[in-house]
Amino acid sequence: MNWEFIMESLPLYQKAAWLTVKIGFVGVAISILIGLLCAAVQYYRVPVLRRMVAVYIELSRNTPLLIQLFFIYYGLPKIGIQTDAAHCGIAGLAFLGGSYMAEAFRSGLEAIEPVQLESALSLGMNQYQAMRHVILPQAVSISIPAFMANVIFLLKETSVFSAISLMDLMFTAKDLIGVYYKTTESLFLLVVFYLMILLPVSILGSLLERRLRYAGFGA
Amino acid sequence: MPDLGLDVLLKGQNMVRLLGGLGVALRISLLSVLISLPLGILIGVVMTWKNPVTKVIFRIYLEFIRIMPQMVLLFLVYFGTTRAFGWDLSGETASIIVFSLWGTAEMSDLVRGALISIPKHQYESGAALALGKAQIYFYIIIPQALRRLIPLSINLITRMIKTTSLILMIGVVEVLKVAQQMIEANRMSSPNAAFGIYLVVFLLYFIACWPISLLAKYLEKKWR
Repeated sequence: MNWEFIMESLPLYQKAAWLTVKIGFVGVAISILIGLLCAAVQYYRVPVLRRMVAVYIELSRNTPLLIQLFFIYYGLPKIGIQTDAAHCGIAGLAFLGGSYMAEAFRSGLEAIEPVQLESALSLGMNQYQAMRHVILPQAVSISIPAFMANVIFLLKETSVFSAISLMDLMFTAKDLIGVYYKTTESLFLLVVFYLMILLPVSILGSLLERRLRYAGFGA
Repeated sequence: MPDLGLDVLLKGQNMVRLLGGLGVALRISLLSVLISLPLGILIGVVMTWKNPVTKVIFRIYLEFIRIMPQMVLLFLVYFGTTRAFGWDLSGETASIIVFSLWGTAEMSDLVRGALISIPKHQYESGAALALGKAQIYFYIIIPQALRRLIPLSINLITRMIKTTSLILMIGVVEVLKVAQQMIEANRMSSPNAAFGIYLVVFLLYFIACWPISLLAKYLEKKWR
């Protein structure tokens, strides 16, 4: 292990890590928005839109992110839709993540028995109140484990961005291996930096899960 | 209507080559699944034991494999171990090793989850009916655990297929690489081929994974 080389390449990795984190979190945030929208469309059974959402979810869940990125980055410009690598990465992550988030939220909403909504309405609550005080608090706590798993999954998926030449952690490691042939050091830093990004999220996830287990009704 | 590359696919053996590339990806995922299933079941059962040593060892293995992006694992095995131990791995062997390691970790977690999801009173009721330990497992626990396990492990197959798209990055010639070669080869005659060809690759992956997902969903509903 050549520590001098490690110290020298630290700034490169730092920069790459920031890029990974930034794109990751923006992508996850947009995924959550898409997921909420899609889950709402499916929960309220909005006609037409519901079918479109179903098609989107199946398409996005059954294809790999790498292929989606290649299509967005190399394919779409041919019909006039040009994007730079960073926006393409965010778009790809959001396209993939939206469907995973939608499934997580939907399963939470569907786990609440209809009798709960009916009881709330018969107590004189309106639709909004029933949603706000009865359905959502339970649905959220049921969705959280799947939600956190999705966040980690999406952050991990950012590693394929190097394929569309975004200077992320993977790209930096590959570059250093190619140029200096310092394989062990480059891979060591790669693992350390991914751990620094992913471990806190993973620990936060298990903390949240433990905390929310008390929120279940009668479970 | 500009030429979007569909004619490139119809030229010569191109479609067959593309399907051959998909075949490579599917073969690697299938092999890895076949290795992961028995190993995952074994480790999953071991992880339900109360032995602290095995628990810690497998816990670390599981957490490390699951928290690292599969791409990092591929690099570690393909570039890292070849450098460190001086052996020679082909991209295909490296990817089978990585996906088996990853699949085993995921599978063992599914098995563990299915086993601990069986309430304790099931074991106790079995014992109260004077069933032996083997009988309890064979007639009571395993049938119930399997119902939870099978849909999830079928899902693991689609995840495996999707993950194999990464092997492009360590130089295995699979469907995406073949697509790239075709686009390069026809750069002059049809410069817009990237759209059509990548769309077809996208749809090929969809056709490979969708039926498997549907089966998993169907079984999950049926056995709930």
